[in-house]
Amino acid sequence: MTNTTKPILSIRNLTVALPVKIERANAVQNLTFDVRPKEILCVVGESGSGKSITSLATMGLLASSLRVTGGEIEFDGRDVLTLDQAEHNALRGDRMAMIFQEPMTALNPAYTVGDQIAEVFRVHRDYDGDERRKRTLKLLEEVRLPDPERLYNSYPHQLSGGQRQRIMIAMALALDPKLLIADEPTTALDVTTQKQILHLLKQLNANHDAGIMFITHDFSVVAEIADRVVVMRHGQIVEQGTAQEVLSNPQHPYTRALIDAVPRRAQDRDHVVSEHPVVIDVQNLNKTFHTAGSMFKKSRTVSAVKNISFQVRRGETLGIVGESGSGKTTLVRCLMRLIDPDSGAINISGVDFASQTSAALRQHRKDIQIVFQDPYGSLNPRRTIGSQLIQGAINFGVSREEAWDRVYKLLEIVQMPKYSVHRYPSQFSGGQRQRLCIARALVVNPKVLIADEAVSALDVSIQREVLKLINDIRDRLGLTVIFITHDLRVAAQICDEVLVMKHGEVVERGGVGRIFTAPEHDYTKALIAAQPGQDWEIPMMAEFAPQAAARKVGTL
Amino acid sequence: MLAFLLKRLSMAVLVALTVSSLTFSLNFLSGDPAIALGGESATEADLQTIRETYGYDKPIPVQYINWLTRAVQGDLGQSHYLNQPVSEEIFQRLPTTMALGLCALVFALALSIPLGVLAAIRPNSLLDRFALTIAVVGQAMPSFWFGLTMMLWFAINWRILPVSGSDSWKHFVMPSIALGYYITPGVMRLTRAGMLEVLRSDYIRTARAKGVSKFSLLFKHALRNAIIPVVSLAAVQFGFMLGGSIVIETIFAINGLGFLAWESIQRADLPMMQAIVLVLSFFYIALTFFADVLNAWLDPRIRIG
Amino acid sequence: MSTLENNSLEPMADAPVLSPGKVMLSHAKSHRGLMLGGLVILTIMLVAIFAPLLAPHDPYAQVLSRKLVPPVWFDSSKATWDHILGTDHLGRDYLSRLIYGARISLLIGFSAMLISGVIGTVLGICAGYFGGRVDMVISFLITTRLSMPVVLVALAVISIVGSSLTVVIWVIGLLIWDRFAVVVRSATQQVRGLDFVASARALGSSTPRILFSEVMPNISNHVIVIATLEMAHAILLEAALSFLGLGVQPPTPSWGLMISDAKGLMFFDGWLIAVPGTALFLLVLAINLVGDGLRDVTAPEDRN
Repeated sequence: MTNTTKPILSIRNLTVALPVKIERANAVQNLTFDVRPKEILCVVGESGSGKSITSLATMGLLASSLRVTGGEIEFDGRDVLTLDQAEHNALRGDRMAMIFQEPMTALNPAYTVGDQIAEVFRVHRDYDGDERRKRTLKLLEEVRLPDPERLYNSYPHQLSGGQRQRIMIAMALALDPKLLIADEPTTALDVTTQKQILHLLKQLNANHDAGIMFITHDFSVVAEIADRVVVMRHGQIVEQGTAQEVLSNPQHPYTRALIDAVPRRAQDRDHVVSEHPVVIDVQNLNKTFHTAGSMFKKSRTVSAVKNISFQVRRGETLGIVGESGSGKTTLVRCLMRLIDPDSGAINISGVDFASQTSAALRQHRKDIQIVFQDPYGSLNPRRTIGSQLIQGAINFGVSREEAWDRVYKLLEIVQMPKYSVHRYPSQFSGGQRQRLCIARALVVNPKVLIADEAVSALDVSIQREVLKLINDIRDRLGLTVIFITHDLRVAAQICDEVLVMKHGEVVERGGVGRIFTAPEHDYTKALIAAQPGQDWEIPMMAEFAPQAAARKVGTL
Repeated sequence: MLAFLLKRLSMAVLVALTVSSLTFSLNFLSGDPAIALGGESATEADLQTIRETYGYDKPIPVQYINWLTRAVQGDLGQSHYLNQPVSEEIFQRLPTTMALGLCALVFALALSIPLGVLAAIRPNSLLDRFALTIAVVGQAMPSFWFGLTMMLWFAINWRILPVSGSDSWKHFVMPSIALGYYITPGVMRLTRAGMLEVLRSDYIRTARAKGVSKFSLLFKHALRNAIIPVVSLAAVQFGFMLGGSIVIETIFAINGLGFLAWESIQRADLPMMQAIVLVLSFFYIALTFFADVLNAWLDPRIRIG
Repeated sequence: MSTLENNSLEPMADAPVLSPGKVMLSHAKSHRGLMLGGLVILTIMLVAIFAPLLAPHDPYAQVLSRKLVPPVWFDSSKATWDHILGTDHLGRDYLSRLIYGARISLLIGFSAMLISGVIGTVLGICAGYFGGRVDMVISFLITTRLSMPVVLVALAVISIVGSSLTVVIWVIGLLIWDRFAVVVRSATQQVRGLDFVASARALGSSTPRILFSEVMPNISNHVIVIATLEMAHAILLEAALSFLGLGVQPPTPSWGLMISDAKGLMFFDGWLIAVPGTALFLLVLAINLVGDGLRDVTAPEDRN
């Protein structure tokens, strides 16, 4: 889609300096791009690419430690960098508006959502109370929230993440702004909610004239909604063009690498039932939570895990897929016996983990190990990597010498240098920490390795490497892997079989190929249909000649 | 909300019962309470009379239940020294201590909350450093020494305020400052920290993105949320202050509960001491209860569960 | 092309090992308040330890003929370099009493802090780690403790039991553990929820092992900060008790007692309360500065 109308936002040679020279001098350097009315421009980049800083500079919301050192941000014919606070305030919420990543924390907990939307009118227009309320209710309807009257008087904590994000959108659209900045608005949401929000944004885009600057790290989302794309890396633009150009014919090596790292739909490989022995056998597992019932409060009961059974054979990877609240985390905690299941059996090489007393269980714990999601919380910041890695082996009576031998071998396997053992976690990046966590789990020679959203907190490129590592290790050590994820695409890359969970129950189970091509349960169908970028034919990077890549580098 | 209230109330009652039994156990700290009362020279017959008069001959749980039943009915016992019910004396002195405590609280809040807010708006500014200095100095200053020093300057050297007594409002100025200054640092730090945290929060960014004015941003959006924990702390500190007023009242000869406590200790008047400890503890329990209710009312996340 | 993140570890091989301890030490060295406070405490500690060598006179020796000699900076014929800070109403050398008084303040502050620290930390860790009923009981204990007025209860108990150094230490120690418990409890709750604790359990570590090597190192910074604040608190309490006549008993030199003794004379000789008061103020100020400084330098490092 070409659009020749005058841009609503023109960023010219924007440079923002970092307070202290960490890795580079500027957060954003020499940035130039336009946003035109009625178009959706996607700004894509990994963490630290400077994409959020650009949007905050436009809104005049930069942290005071960050300084714009050069360039212009021309909005509606005026350079907003020359505006004073009051003038900028008059624009914000009126002519330009923004929605943020975290809907859970973006609304003031002390006021009703209706009042918070109405405040936009109070600040920028002279409407009386009735008029404000009427317009707010209309907005609530426009963002398709049910029962606007009731919702008006709700507090943020009473709403779901998706509903809160709709409130944010309503607030942003209140005065029909000319520019709408959306900073990763769907990243914190479940995939089915993400689909609805993206759909809503597209619809609103059709009915309003605003130019939308949509910031994301996810190329599938780009494929879903972008008219034009800007790709950023280390504060600089590496490539920009129409969505069509960038998505199907990326020029810059970085763009290609990013697109290459996008999890692909599973090839139609059929699940071959292997002849290996069953390593973990779960039978009718149940776990119910009772919320704090007291003398005066009715206790509530939530079945987090309902009658779950499955087996995994040696050398296989089972994916457990579900959105937030599906009970997958509870399931994992039960499998690890970090919490006690109510009933059912967990047999791992002949030992029932569910029925052992916790004292008796300790000697068997080495058979099943786990890697968690948050790379920052899963290593003890006050102990050296070495002492944390060796601890498990020592606990199971391995001699120090042999334990150190194992640690060094494992460091090699996870591709971390030997000297890591003398260091503390703070000196490692997220991806490196996940490698160390994998090594720590493997030090006791487990039979089963659980990866609980182990790559979800990582950038796509690093995600891919860690996934590859888990696959390699499984094959090399003959491990059985249970891979927990909210992302079907990621599951498709690594798993042989997939369990789909909803409200504590398994709704569907099958080989990856089958689940993707012929899902049976409605929920699975919905999940698959909600994957963004369905129509995008992801180009195979290997088909591009390297010269073609070099040609256009830096010309944009 | 109702469930919350009832739960909180039952907790308060349980704490009050425990405190009362602890207070009651002061009776036995010195060994036989009859000997303590009758003196070393008392004969066995004297002691027996004392035991019967005061009910010390009954089993301890029975004594406790009797004591508690009377206390609930407002009979906190008989003063050994004044030979009259302790409750009379206590309720006569209580208003003075309350007045002192309230004055001190008002002084402390009026100083600490604005300073905390201003310091949070401009962290590391001159004002912030000034506020921090006040906090650090305030925490290090022994209140009795501060009181005496004030007395020396304002009452003796400059003669603008009366030295001691509790006859007019002028008598309360120095004691209120001495008492209130002690809690200022805590309240100020919490206000500052709370404001800083709220100002960094996502919803403040949202409000800024709406174009909300600086004033409304600070007071409508930020302070409204930052003040919630301050309410609890202020209530707790008010309770501490009443307990700590014994030092200040003694210095300034203010005829309140604290001074009475000190007198009773001098006179070894155990029932009076017990009653004062009990009254102040109950007051603290009631205070924190109301603070929690106020908190729940201020915070919709608790109010509407 | 697969490596997008700057994953090269080569430069790190030479980078110094940044242990949390080392990082804190380097922060501490550049923290002015911490260094200043530390210096003052160190000085007072040295003075207290070497009191017999430093004190010009016997702090107990009464020379009634030379009572109420003003300090040397007073323009008075009585002022003499023999008694730099003058003498009290019994003719005892004020400087010597001040020097010996430092011993009492530090001894009581430190011992009471130790007692309350052990009680509060143990309760806090148990409540925070085990949760559930244990937490309920301990939280109840904390609430009960908080609702009893410290000074009043201390006075009542001491008046009944009788005053001595040991009694004062124990009474204060048994009364001020609440802040330890509250802070340690919430810190432990936080640490306990972190994944490395779950990992340790999965790796077969026993509960004592987890408490000792996973939880303790991560809450020790809070414990140290509270320890300094409570030491200051205990020192102030002792002074207040002595001031009211129920702390350390005369003729032991205690700063609170010195102020109490001078109370009646302060209208004529203001310096009598100014001298010990200033000493008390300086010591508590220094301890608080160190506490605040420690809080700053031990604050958990940012995620990045």
